[in-house]
Amino acid sequence: MSVRRLRGLAATAALALLLTACGGDDDAATEVESGAEFKAGTTMAKLADKGKITIGTKFDQPLFGLRGPSGDPEGFDVEIGKIIAAKLGIEPDKIKWIETVSANREPFIEDGRVDIVVATYTINDDRKKIIDFAGPYFQAGQTILVKEANTDINGPDDLAGKTVCSVEGSTPAANIETSYPDVKLELTDAYSNCLEPLRNDQVDAITTDNVILAGFVDQNEGEFKLAGEPFTEEPYGVGLKRGDDAFRTFLNDTLEESYKDGSWDKAWESTAGKVLELPSPPAVDRY
Amino acid sequence: MSAVLFDTPGPHTRRRTAIWSLVAGVVLAIVVVLAAVRLAQRGIFDADRWDIFTESTESWEALLRRGLGATLRAAGVAAVISLTAGALLAVARMSSSAWMRVPATIGIELFRGLPVLLLILFTALGFGSSIFIAVVIGLSLYNTAVIAEILRAGIQSLPGGQREAALAIGLSPGQTLRMILLPQAVRRMLPSLVSQLVVLLKDTSLGFVVGYAELLRTSRELRDFFGSRYIFSIFVVTAAIYIGVNFALSRFATYLEKHGTTRAAGGPAKQVPMDSRNA
Amino acid sequence: MDAVIDNLPLYWEGFWATLRLTLVSAAFALLLGTVLGAFRVSPVPTLRALGTVYVELLRNTPLTLVFFFFVFVAPQIDIKLPFFVSALVALSLYTAAFVCEAVRSGVNSVGVGQAEAARAIGLTFPQTMGQIVLPQAFRTVVPPLINIFIALTKNSSIAAGFFVTELVAVGIRLANRNAADVLMVLGGVAVFYLAITIPAGILAGALERRVAFAR
Repeated sequence: MSVRRLRGLAATAALALLLTACGGDDDAATEVESGAEFKAGTTMAKLADKGKITIGTKFDQPLFGLRGPSGDPEGFDVEIGKIIAAKLGIEPDKIKWIETVSANREPFIEDGRVDIVVATYTINDDRKKIIDFAGPYFQAGQTILVKEANTDINGPDDLAGKTVCSVEGSTPAANIETSYPDVKLELTDAYSNCLEPLRNDQVDAITTDNVILAGFVDQNEGEFKLAGEPFTEEPYGVGLKRGDDAFRTFLNDTLEESYKDGSWDKAWESTAGKVLELPSPPAVDRY
Repeated sequence: MSAVLFDTPGPHTRRRTAIWSLVAGVVLAIVVVLAAVRLAQRGIFDADRWDIFTESTESWEALLRRGLGATLRAAGVAAVISLTAGALLAVARMSSSAWMRVPATIGIELFRGLPVLLLILFTALGFGSSIFIAVVIGLSLYNTAVIAEILRAGIQSLPGGQREAALAIGLSPGQTLRMILLPQAVRRMLPSLVSQLVVLLKDTSLGFVVGYAELLRTSRELRDFFGSRYIFSIFVVTAAIYIGVNFALSRFATYLEKHGTTRAAGGPAKQVPMDSRNA
Repeated sequence: MDAVIDNLPLYWEGFWATLRLTLVSAAFALLLGTVLGAFRVSPVPTLRALGTVYVELLRNTPLTLVFFFFVFVAPQIDIKLPFFVSALVALSLYTAAFVCEAVRSGVNSVGVGQAEAARAIGLTFPQTMGQIVLPQAFRTVVPPLINIFIALTKNSSIAAGFFVTELVAVGIRLANRNAADVLMVLGGVAVFYLAITIPAGILAGALERRVAFAR
């Protein structure tokens, strides 16, 4: 007990030192919870005891989960992950980040390779059959990215007969296939691969969640723009192992607390908030 | 230089050749300069497209330590597995017992006929292994088969006397293979083997399709992080690293060809067959 | 098994793309590679150097990087190609380096006496090459060329990562949609590849045995 408290204090001190040393003004300084106690046998207790957590996130999504040359990912999802870890008494540098691409998020949770997944992970019923979700912690929506000068595409209905780029196995791609079948899809393994083809008119548009596309708009000043309003609802949730209700309750509690104590806002402002307006957090769904 | 095709040139020919040489050289130079000017006009050489490499070592570290490190790790493990398993497979392939020979032959033909990418996908998607294991196994399956064939060619190229002498002093066929023929075959085919390792190293880049964070994927990450204005510089640096490492490895193969193969019976392989099946 | 049978049209589309990639690239690679091979054995030093540099550069570069260049980097320097054409160009340029080497070793394998006799009767270098040396080199060059062709077939799979729906791309797509039948789905892809590579391998082996004789 006291060992954990000492460790927690030391961790907080180390974190404070680390932050001042970096001069990192962008850090949403999540305060690591010292002396957090959990019921024995729960996932939270196990993780807190280990002092380490493995979080799956995206490495190629600007604003949400993007890995830079330093080797660690940065973004809103990453900050949410840090908030959760902090509640478990785990410092940010003890988090092991693993890249989860759209196709391997469920398998990685199932086989325990990651403890949680915070990776622009849309909650839907199909996935709920395999894993559980805490949250949602953010509401996104599918939309379309086109070149700045483009005027013919203003919504999904204008895509008929056009070529659209998206990612193999993703929800946006599946959505287009089912609801807009006369669209020609070019699929690849990462949204960022679609930018060059769009620039060269090899595809007419890119489709995925609005926040991902907003990141691309920001990164390539003036070249692209979003066409129209989001036409679906993509609630992002934290993926965890199916049936772990205690952990899910803990995660939902943590998220709600972050809405109230301002850490959610801070997480947003330090990452996606640099490009997008601060939205209001969605209500958590405890099913 | 192929002196077989043309006589040692006399003064006239020398002059003519020199003129042609000069003309070709000038044409080439003009092309290169034009290209460079065109690139410069598009701003490819602007400092702000290269600053991620000139102003900090972070990008270099990412490419070299993480990317190249991951490449070398996968290549190293796969190389060790392929060399060992390849030797065993070669022995099985040449075994007098059909129980070993037939499956070995089938295995070799099977794995040589499939793309490495497909083998990696089989392991990653079909058996749900980790990405590193998938890359290593995919590479190993393919290269084991290839190395087995290289060693088989090596063994067959040894003078028959070696095998006969071994049998004459009472060694079993298996012992002959293992103790006499195989070591010499390895020494003889060393350049071929090292060339195959270069191919192996290049094939690690296939891992990027399944998400293995090797050099190519790391350079793609840099592009995603910094934006596509840096794509040209990132590409040049990545290409330089690959070419540099592979070139060094190839030079090592040439060095071995000159210095290492003389200790095998029958001297260095007269025509080291570059197995063109694995370009 | 159903996953394979229901998707046969998609498999066929992928197979056809693979076949087209392979055959067209092979043709270009053969052409370019022979020219480069001629450069490498020519008496003109600049041409020799050009050939050598080309071969060394491409042999030491992964094919994936060549693809990456044509799809993502080239557009920035005004070379904008449709996805399929980028794949063709990448495959052709890469394979040409290996064809060049095969041609060169083929030329070197022709007996010295042939070239000397040609010169003795007054043929120039281009004539010697074209009428005496290359036709004979052809014999030795064919087996390695077939092997290069096999490698090309397998290398076309790299186009899967670069917007071309060939066999492996089909495999990935079907594997994602039929998570339960992945082995079957990929097995189907394997069968299509083996349908090309194994007969070609047997042909190469047979030819190799026929041309192998003591010089």
